[in-house]
Amino acid sequence: MAVPLRTDGAVAGAEAPLELRGISKQFGHVVALDRADFVLRAGTVHALLGENGAGKTSLMRIAYGMVQPDSGSLRIDGRERRLRSPREALRHRIAMVHQHFSLLPRLTAVENFALGGAGRFDRGQETERLMRYAEQLGLFIDPDTRPADMSAAEQQQLEIAKALGRECRVLILDEPAAVLSPAHADALLQQIRALADAGASVALITHKIQDARAVADDVTVLRKGRTVVTGIMSSMDDQTLFAAMLGESSSEGARSDRRIAAVQTAPILAAIRALTSEDPRTHERLRDVSLEIHRGEIVGIAGLEGSGHRLLLRVLAGRHGVLSDAISLPQDIGFIPEDREREAVVADFDLRHNVALKDAADRRGWIPWRQWTERTRALMTEYDVRATSPRASMRTLSGGNQQKLVLARELSANPSLIVAENPTRGLDLRAAGAIRERLRTARSNGAGVVFYSTDLDELASEADRIYVAYAGRVRLCALSREAIGRAMVGAQ
Amino acid sequence: MSTSITARGRALRLVYVYVAAAAAVIALAAVLLSFSGFSVANAADAAWRGAFGSADAVLSSTLVRSIPFMLLGTAVALAFRVGVFNIGGDGQFLIGAALATSVALAPWSMPGWVHLILALGAGAAGGALWGLIPALLRRRWGVFEVLSTLMMNFVAVHVISYLVRGPLQEPTRIYPQSSTFAEGVRLPSVLDGTRLHVGIYLAIVICVLGWIWLFSRESGLRARLTGANPIAAESAGRIDTARTSFRVFIVSAALCGLAGSVEVLGVTFALYENLSPGYGFVGVAVALLAALHPLGVLASAVVLAAIDAGAGAMQRDAGIPSVTAWAVQALLVLAVLAGRALVNRARAQDVPRTPVTA
Repeated sequence: MAVPLRTDGAVAGAEAPLELRGISKQFGHVVALDRADFVLRAGTVHALLGENGAGKTSLMRIAYGMVQPDSGSLRIDGRERRLRSPREALRHRIAMVHQHFSLLPRLTAVENFALGGAGRFDRGQETERLMRYAEQLGLFIDPDTRPADMSAAEQQQLEIAKALGRECRVLILDEPAAVLSPAHADALLQQIRALADAGASVALITHKIQDARAVADDVTVLRKGRTVVTGIMSSMDDQTLFAAMLGESSSEGARSDRRIAAVQTAPILAAIRALTSEDPRTHERLRDVSLEIHRGEIVGIAGLEGSGHRLLLRVLAGRHGVLSDAISLPQDIGFIPEDREREAVVADFDLRHNVALKDAADRRGWIPWRQWTERTRALMTEYDVRATSPRASMRTLSGGNQQKLVLARELSANPSLIVAENPTRGLDLRAAGAIRERLRTARSNGAGVVFYSTDLDELASEADRIYVAYAGRVRLCALSREAIGRAMVGAQ
Repeated sequence: MSTSITARGRALRLVYVYVAAAAAVIALAAVLLSFSGFSVANAADAAWRGAFGSADAVLSSTLVRSIPFMLLGTAVALAFRVGVFNIGGDGQFLIGAALATSVALAPWSMPGWVHLILALGAGAAGGALWGLIPALLRRRWGVFEVLSTLMMNFVAVHVISYLVRGPLQEPTRIYPQSSTFAEGVRLPSVLDGTRLHVGIYLAIVICVLGWIWLFSRESGLRARLTGANPIAAESAGRIDTARTSFRVFIVSAALCGLAGSVEVLGVTFALYENLSPGYGFVGVAVALLAALHPLGVLASAVVLAAIDAGAGAMQRDAGIPSVTAWAVQALLVLAVLAGRALVNRARAQDVPRTPVTA
């Protein structure tokens, strides 16, 4: 399909604070970038759109000095530069906030904030600076908490404050909204706008056209490492961008066939009755929560950070230590946690180990490695996990492929209850569609599915019923984006 | 297959790292010695003769020294794999030696081999007991074992001081040491006329068992998963990580105690102060040099033992202080760790985190 390639005219400014031209990069046999262009104008927000693996992150890592390009030029304020390390990028006041945070979990917020700065560490002064940036962002950051005890949203906020604290002019954000609830995401987008209005230049990696539309002045679409479209946002319609991202086949996944009745008569699979509990680590709590999961339904869960949804999902997944009469769960539960690298995989080990990880506690004796290799190979084929072999390190897989392996591991035993926490987060449209399809199939096979998502449209279209968590309480909610949104902020 | 090529490439790069590290350390040691006014040629000659120069050097010096290194190295490797930083090998070694001594000196009438096995068992039990305290502190109150095991080392040194001047002192009450063990409760030598004792078989068996357990047993897998990502091990694997690491901690401590008993039953035949010139820390070096691999421990134990033996000979024949051995061992470990980090970093650069094929 022909998409107009525009790298001229309005976008190209002579004094661009960041200009990448003809950037190519190969990792082993994989071509990550193929003569990609990206020009960030001063004082603008520039959305970098593309599917997973399109090369967005690689391109920005080159701009941040983390990765060296094989060829192509990088200009800062019109002058050709080589950035050999993030340190050099920071010297040119280019900062990047990664999708996986680079905070030190055991240092406090203010220590993380000050880390990498020069001179003596003055705690009082740094705390003051942190609070100033937090205020500017409209955030509350407790300077003495540690990232280990923070939610993903709070860590994200600290990362951004930290980048601002470096007094950067160019801020690169890698999928910043992926881990945030809708309210936080909207606030973040507004903040990004305000930063640009104040003179900063922001490169925003995203795969959501809506987010780009909401905030960006310019847009660049990458596909398979190439710049396929670049120009002023307002001159592009969604259809153009969508087609550019997906390439030739651009049909959205089939809509779910919603079933309304029948579920209530199905047997109850899992139930919580009048449970009050608190997570000692995050202090997230549940108050007098009752709910039921039936066979053959997808139960949606929505909630803002700190509403109790995280704890609720862990209780339902049997991952919360408490044994209580208030909780009845089936034996076989598949759990797909949101923070994959932390809770679901061992990144340093190979795929076989990561498949064998599931329920490792229950096995005894010799490890049948040959069987695990065969099983891993079978799962890779069935779930389309792209990796060189079952012995490939988990770290070498893209996020989407890691997620597919986790899904394969958790679903292949046909568990009667599946708890999926934002399973499509950060995935491209096709991969996300495939994962939703898997959950629907599990439902038709009689499994109960608990499905949490920060994407309310996704939630409303997939779930048969939706519970919304707010301040530790959990209520049923109508199946519409508006109703969920209101319930999430506690409105009646 | 592309996988076998990359695996071979990785192995080859590691070989380069070890060779380069060894060369760098030898060069550095030569520079240091010549700056200190020693003859490098004499030193090298003495070191070679002391470590490998004769059958006696290999059997009675290098290999004898490698026995405790193998046991302590395996103990540390297993503990580090599960995420327990047991640096209390010294204390566990000493208490193991003390318990083995008291059993070996007990006036029991029984076949020597039964007595020996009891003494070895007592050594393992002593080490386990000494490890139990920091292991419990860690499990109940989250006390960081690096501190607690280190502190327990100092306590153990004083316990030994007391024992060899009190309950375990030899009958004449002159020397701060125990009586010498009877012939029957000594580990027999492998070859007549050498000091190499059957403890070498025990140490090799322990290394091999450690390797098999770690990579082929389900409980070994649980230990490695716990060490690599305890949160995922608990969430996805349902593993009781606290219990897993506690158990491996105790096993590690028991192996250190066993090393202590093998040392008194096979080499010194008595307990005395300064029995361990910091063996617990050499164990850490052995394990790190071996990349925490029990079979690698076999090799790295021999290498570090050879450096020890060579340094002893350098002191005798060339007048060079034997503490040089410590410096060389430390430099070797640092060089290998740095080399491996560089290789890993280069590999991380090669590997796309978000390949285009996703």
